[in-house]
Amino acid sequence: MEFGPHLMLAALEGAVTAAILALTAMGLSIVFGVMRVVNVAHGEFYMLGAVLAWWVATVLGTHPAIGFVAALIIAPALVGGIAMVADRLVLKRVAYDADRTIVATIGMLYIIQQTTLMTFGPDARPVEPPFNTRLALPWFEWGENGFAMFWPWGLSTTSYKLFVIAAAAVVLVALWLVITRTKAGLLMRATQQDSETAQAFGVPVGRVYSLVFGLGAGLAALGAVLVVPIQQAHYLMGHDPLLLSFIVVIIGGLGSLPGTVIAALLIGMSDGIISVFFSPTLAKIIATLLVALVLVFRPQGLMGRAQT
Amino acid sequence: MSNGKTQINRRTALKGLGAGTLAASGVLPGSLGFAQAQSSAPIKIGFQKHATGIGAAYGRWYDATTTAAVARINDMGGINGRPVEIVTEDDGTDPKRGAEVLEKFATQHNCDVAFGTLFSHVVIGSAPRAGELKLPYFVVSEGHHVASGMLNRYTLQPGITDVKSQVKSMAPFVGDNLGKKVTMIYPDFAFGHDHRDFFSEAIEAQGGEVVAKIAIPPTETSFTRYFPNIPRETEVVYHVMVGPGVLTFVKELGEFFGPSRPEIFGFIDSLEAVSINSPGLEFLEGTYFWEGNPRHAQANQTEFDKAYREAVGVDEMGASTADAKDVSTYAHMFGCWETLNIIKAGMESADYQGPGDRAKLIEAVEAMTDMPESMDHPQGPKRFNGKTHQTFGVQYISKVENGKLVVQHTASIEDGMYEDEVDYTTQSF
Repeated sequence: MEFGPHLMLAALEGAVTAAILALTAMGLSIVFGVMRVVNVAHGEFYMLGAVLAWWVATVLGTHPAIGFVAALIIAPALVGGIAMVADRLVLKRVAYDADRTIVATIGMLYIIQQTTLMTFGPDARPVEPPFNTRLALPWFEWGENGFAMFWPWGLSTTSYKLFVIAAAAVVLVALWLVITRTKAGLLMRATQQDSETAQAFGVPVGRVYSLVFGLGAGLAALGAVLVVPIQQAHYLMGHDPLLLSFIVVIIGGLGSLPGTVIAALLIGMSDGIISVFFSPTLAKIIATLLVALVLVFRPQGLMGRAQT
Repeated sequence: MSNGKTQINRRTALKGLGAGTLAASGVLPGSLGFAQAQSSAPIKIGFQKHATGIGAAYGRWYDATTTAAVARINDMGGINGRPVEIVTEDDGTDPKRGAEVLEKFATQHNCDVAFGTLFSHVVIGSAPRAGELKLPYFVVSEGHHVASGMLNRYTLQPGITDVKSQVKSMAPFVGDNLGKKVTMIYPDFAFGHDHRDFFSEAIEAQGGEVVAKIAIPPTETSFTRYFPNIPRETEVVYHVMVGPGVLTFVKELGEFFGPSRPEIFGFIDSLEAVSINSPGLEFLEGTYFWEGNPRHAQANQTEFDKAYREAVGVDEMGASTADAKDVSTYAHMFGCWETLNIIKAGMESADYQGPGDRAKLIEAVEAMTDMPESMDHPQGPKRFNGKTHQTFGVQYISKVENGKLVVQHTASIEDGMYEDEVDYTTQSF
């Protein structure tokens, strides 16, 4: 494929990766920003979203569009609910201590993964997209009559992939509106800024923590529901998103939501472009190298506040 | 109300005594039919199953076929009058775990032989341990590693053909009917490398050329990123993919080409356990597949294939009779059925009594040659090469016509033969 169309295809693939990554990493970032804890089980909540989406679509068994819309609503809500229960049962008991939370969430990771293996099974199962038409994309070249459009062989995307990019953007905007314009968002930001003072002002910090943990897991699950018609639901699918989310959150700056979005775009696009032109392994190497560089030269990340 | 001491009363004591007596008397279901045997202790075959990991879809069907094959063997009186017992362990489709599982078979479960591994990297990781443990290891893998001489005298592959002979049988058909400029897409590990190396050799011998070789990690989930590397002058896309992402792979291949696709020749591995009629796979109409064993029952279906499907529990579309959406790994699982029948034949020929006779068993199997198509070998006739420990068989090429795989050409055993690369019989035990 010539360079121009090749780059366009790479950019589109990168955009899809970036969209899903932004949602998933945002979940992790919110949890860390407000609760100051690292959730190692984040990838498993992502996987649960995909698995539950398959279950909803199969149980309903009707037209894929109805199944998909139902899954889009039900799966993140269910996963958020499971996360809130996990917060009450586990994280509260370890008093959100940093080290204990890491260990506890590793335990949650294994429990969720193995329970899924025992019930859903080891096979990968597909979910039909609500719509999926192939869209041939044009490219331009200088002809005798100036700019002419032509349709290079293989340059295409699908309507569903474009929908994923748009849907992720909509969700992120909605999230920003909730955090900045609503009372719930105000309570979250207050708890993030100074949880003790917030508690003194009557903010129910314990409940905020549960809701935030649920929100974080729900966002990851939402990302997974969007991606599952492209890939398939598989009990091991949470592993890669967890790694990438951590990379994004560290590069963007722990606790900074705009930083997470920017880092997700950066990592997603570079992953997509490097993967298409070179190899996915090289893309992962470069992403990890970026993290190392950030940690050495700018530990607070792109937009995080420097800790004294 | 507990007073802190364990209370053993009459009732629990009687229950315990009763259970103990039952266990001690060895009244196990099925054992009574083998009273005439010299020893009615079962023959234990360790089944190394890919229950989890990337091979899990195959593991499930290998298990179903193994269970059906053993039920048939036991119904016919077992091996040398002894019942066959399968001991199953999960190797997680992981080479390191595979070696540990063989250790468990040999030392903990006291199995007579081990069998059943499919994924090539697991076979390569486990076989050396089998050699060290002196445990006969019957793999059902398709990898060329057995016949290449890489492994040892304890590892055999008598029930399924290997990639080298498969691609050698395919190359003439591809070169003559589909095209001479081929792009190969294969998984980036031993099995895929076998395809890459041997098909390149074979198609060049036909006057063809491999214009691109695209290696994809077996754990990959997103495939569009690889397809721009397919050169424009490609006449045939040759694909073989494994792992949980195969449906995504084939779907994205179709999305990439759209209406202007080249000829496509795939190995059915890319669609094992996946229905040909899945949404998004419509573009497969008119494309060709290698099939180890035709998934959809053909017009000239043999009585053996019919009875085999019934025994294992698959219908004429190769899906489970319990759930038509549950498609089997039909092109590979026959290897378990046939290998177990070969183990039986070998043990009977060697008059196998116990682990002390393992070397005799291997020698008996090495002496085998032609195996005609029969209920023991429903996939087709085989010719086993005792020196290379590899069997040769017929290969099927099918075309997708109206959503069904219809066999177009059956390659003979001779089409797939190649020069011996090793003689295991010269190696000591």
